Amino acid sequence: MSQIVFILLSIIVFGLAFKQFGAILKNIKLGREEIIDGDQPWRWQNVLLVAFGQKKMFKRFIPAILHLFIYVAFLMTQIELIEIFIDGIGGVHRFFADKIGLLYPVIISFIEILSLLAFVSTIIFLWRRNILKLPRFIKPEMNGWPKLDGNLILVGELLLIIGIFSMNGADVLLQKSDPAHYPDTGYLAVSSWLGPTLFGGFDVGTLHLIERFGWWLHILVVFGFITYLPYSKHLHIFFAFPNVYFAKKRSRGEMNNMPEIMNEVKSMMGLIEETESEMGDDIPEFGAKDVTGLSWKNILEAYTCTECGRCTSVCPANITGKKLSPRKIMMDIRDRAEEVGGKIRSGNIEFISDDSQEKNVLSKENFDDGKSLFDYISDEEIYACTSCNACVEACPVLINPLEPILELRRYDLLTNSAGPSDWLPMFNSIENGGAVWQIPDNRDDWKNELN
Amino acid sequence: MKVKTIAEYVASGEKPEILFWVGCAGSFDARAKKVSVAFAKILSSVGISFAILGNEESCTGDPARRAGNEFIFQMTAIQNIETMKSYEVQKIVTACPHCFNTLKNEYPKLGGEFTVLHHTQLIQQLIEEGKLKIEGGEFKGKRVTYHDSCYLGRINGEYEAPRAILNELDTDFIEMDRKRENGLCCGAGGAQMFKEDEPGDKRINTERVEESLKTNPDIIAANCPFCITMLMDGLKAKEKQDDVMVYDISELIVQSNGL
Repeated sequence: MSQIVFILLSIIVFGLAFKQFGAILKNIKLGREEIIDGDQPWRWQNVLLVAFGQKKMFKRFIPAILHLFIYVAFLMTQIELIEIFIDGIGGVHRFFADKIGLLYPVIISFIEILSLLAFVSTIIFLWRRNILKLPRFIKPEMNGWPKLDGNLILVGELLLIIGIFSMNGADVLLQKSDPAHYPDTGYLAVSSWLGPTLFGGFDVGTLHLIERFGWWLHILVVFGFITYLPYSKHLHIFFAFPNVYFAKKRSRGEMNNMPEIMNEVKSMMGLIEETESEMGDDIPEFGAKDVTGLSWKNILEAYTCTECGRCTSVCPANITGKKLSPRKIMMDIRDRAEEVGGKIRSGNIEFISDDSQEKNVLSKENFDDGKSLFDYISDEEIYACTSCNACVEACPVLINPLEPILELRRYDLLTNSAGPSDWLPMFNSIENGGAVWQIPDNRDDWKNELN
Repeated sequence: MKVKTIAEYVASGEKPEILFWVGCAGSFDARAKKVSVAFAKILSSVGISFAILGNEESCTGDPARRAGNEFIFQMTAIQNIETMKSYEVQKIVTACPHCFNTLKNEYPKLGGEFTVLHHTQLIQQLIEEGKLKIEGGEFKGKRVTYHDSCYLGRINGEYEAPRAILNELDTDFIEMDRKRENGLCCGAGGAQMFKEDEPGDKRINTERVEESLKTNPDIIAANCPFCITMLMDGLKAKEKQDDVMVYDISELIVQSNGL
């Protein structure tokens, strides 16, 4: 009976997850195509050091160590999860216990020690978020769902670990009273003392219930996680790896070139053959107005963001009380990608742009819901950025919040002909006088000050 | 001494070792012009033949590009590249980290490949090669802190050259809390220099100056004309402009060596 329930649940969960993650991949593909600079050795080095090795996390030691415990515990628990699946499907109990000898208690003990450390870390994390209220966790963009999301994940982790220790602790006692059904696991580093401490003196029936409760709690929280992740900031546990792999190998100081403008200018200056005036009569859309104008990589980054707020906590604009928060930019991109993706998949022809030739089938090309990223991100935010790259430096998973900010500026300036009016004299001076200021002096007058 | 334009070099059939890219600030800003003068003095004191573009130099386009105005950027950048190519420029040095970054990292995609140095890097090389000797003593007992500009530091990874020079100058050197890759912006980058701030609690330069004042400095050393403006404004707001001086690293050398 429980085998059938387990197998059915697994099928439902994985089916649902397949659909949810498929939708996320489609949302990422809403972005424009971009070939990312980089080479294999460099990419794999990043995956090893930055993603697996958490190198950038260690810029802040305390959270890095606490996070490391949870991360390694999570990785190791996957081994135990293999056994849970074998047991669940096969209707057996602790499949590996009598098959791999001493390795079994060693692995389980390792998982248990890490789980205990993860338990303590999780409580400290909850304390940092809710009682200590670290500034980066209580910024305006964290109100509502993001705050709840962060706490739900942490509480889920606690439940997961409670599951493990209920299951193992009861098992240790059951091994003595019912060795036929409960194979000897050998000494378990935590449960061999925690089990008797918590459950000593309970009768076999109760112990059996506790063991089953722990087992089901563990797997149900895992199933819950899998289907919850697509809605959560916690996606970074998967997406950090591809995101780091696809990081751009390029100087931080180099903005994306815009070849269409470069070629237009070069042809204006007679440096290249005038091609079929690519720009024609209608001005193409420059920069990004919406997620469809960003690169797919920007959207992958938005899904990778776990809202830790390290970027925002070092942003000079944010530190001095401006509205700009690099984290919010990434969160907005994700929210908008979800909205656009959902609407496109609804197939509702109301969202077909009035200008479109295609009137029957809704797609990314003819989508227009009358909104854009600018409904999520205000001018006040994008124009407060100093391009200092502190956010880029701070991100542990190599997200670049600066790039979308600059692409939004490009849209606003070039396509929308808007932007801060303060800048107009600077633009005019460069265009007409080759300097950022309109100054009548000769450019080399400074040398007169040499004696 | 006479600073010659590259056109003058070419006219006399000579070729300079290096092009000194002065930049808009170095050419027109009253404070930054002093840095151009200081750096020119250092170059001539070690006998490097250098040229400037003079009126043929144009803004690199950094602020226009970061503001989002790619047309203006491309126009001025391509113009500059063509000018430098016509003079067969190979090596450039500049005292502005924004110019440095754009020349070094952004011009290649537009067809302009040059070797580009920030002036602190060249000065550091000259000291290492023994061509520039720092006559110490001037700053003995002077408390000096150093502000990493974003475009030299975090963006181009150069933290050592300026510090090595300060070390040579024999100052009483004190680091600020936020330094190197964690350095705090002065507030001028991303074309902020040319517009009013968005509403907030304080100005970024105030935040940075408050941090630097914690080191109780006599001098804040910098490497960027825009940082210098921002830091000086921040000090004025704190009425500390008479107690704390802001100098470019090249100016400290000029003072130390009495150039």
